[in-house]
Amino acid sequence: MSRRPYVRVVPRTTWFFRHPRYMRYMAREVTCIFIGIYSVMLLVGLVRLSQGSAQYEGFLAALRQPGSVLFHLLALAFSLYNTFTWFNVAPKALPVQVGDEHWPDSVVAGGHYVVWVGLSLFILFWAGVL
Amino acid sequence: MTDNRMAIRQVELEVLRYNPETDQEPKLQKFTVPCVNEWCVLDALNYLKDNLDPTLAYRWSCHMQVCGSCGMMINGEPKLACKAMLRDYSGVIRVEPLSHFPIERDLVAVADDFMAKLKRVKPYLIPGEKRTLADGEYKQTPAQLERYKKYAMCINCMLCYAACPEYGLTPKFIGPGAISLAHRYNQDSRDGGRDERQEEIATSEGVWECTFVGACSDVCPKHVDPASALQQVKVASTVDWYLEHFMSWVKK
Ligand code: SF4
Ligand code: FES
Repeated sequence: MSRRPYVRVVPRTTWFFRHPRYMRYMAREVTCIFIGIYSVMLLVGLVRLSQGSAQYEGFLAALRQPGSVLFHLLALAFSLYNTFTWFNVAPKALPVQVGDEHWPDSVVAGGHYVVWVGLSLFILFWAGVL
Repeated sequence: MTDNRMAIRQVELEVLRYNPETDQEPKLQKFTVPCVNEWCVLDALNYLKDNLDPTLAYRWSCHMQVCGSCGMMINGEPKLACKAMLRDYSGVIRVEPLSHFPIERDLVAVADDFMAKLKRVKPYLIPGEKRTLADGEYKQTPAQLERYKKYAMCINCMLCYAACPEYGLTPKFIGPGAISLAHRYNQDSRDGGRDERQEEIATSEGVWECTFVGACSDVCPKHVDPASALQQVKVASTVDWYLEHFMSWVKK
């Protein structure tokens, strides 16, 4: 009797529809695109600033367009989603063992949130918003 | 209170069948199996084989979640058939061989690839220092044990491979189970084999194929948390790289 194993092929482009957990993974990955676009916009702002105040004012005016405001709201929502999902899995990559025991995941993830909020407050304060 | 744990229930099973001698491709076959409420899916398969169709092929051994041989897809989820309790399912239960592995026959998946990968990562102690019997036993503190204990629970059931989409798409990926075992030994205070294992796992076929989907940890019946092992190997390998390229004067 000879072996004749049957191979089931995984669809290369639609595999993530097979399971909700794959969809959640894709959501985490795709939301980072908005963070990327936002970073490019910040860089463009810096370039405009270096070109003089007229150019910079023009850049600010473009930011106030409804389409731009909508993009910023979307980017904010998606980057929050991206941040939460990454913070929540951070304990897997950075477990902290003190003595005989590991800290609970909630403490390691919680630490990320605390540092995040702290840094955000610092930057807002430094930028004169608060 | 009535006790219906021993009540008999007709369970409809849809089993993927494949006979390499006669079939071109696998197909689902329906069975109605009289089951005791407290049975697991493996009990139902055993009843089926003993009473309805003796040709059904599947693997099992311990019936107590330690041998790791009864892994299969149950309603599309990788499970140990001896851990999947019938009381947790209603309606038709679909049973298929583990995803991402070729099918040998019926519910039997071809495990050759996993076995070869397991061997590559040297999942055994490679002593860090020469010792003789006269030196006595190794001593390990609870803290040293804690560093690897979780990863030592692996029963080689391959459920994590069936859950991992990266393995499905790129079968050369060494995969969650084997890399977790490599990490288990790397974390062991008695071991000195990390450099040898890094050659296998700190590569593009190793941890760098992983994109941290995390499905492996969701399905592992022993809570090994393979995803955590792989991310830790990535972090440690990155630190290695920086030490080697920018701080070669720092001794590892
Ligand atoms: S890590 Fe878990 S799911 Fe993977 S082979 Fe080991 S016990 Fe099975
Ligand atoms: S039969 Fe051994 S793990 Fe299920």
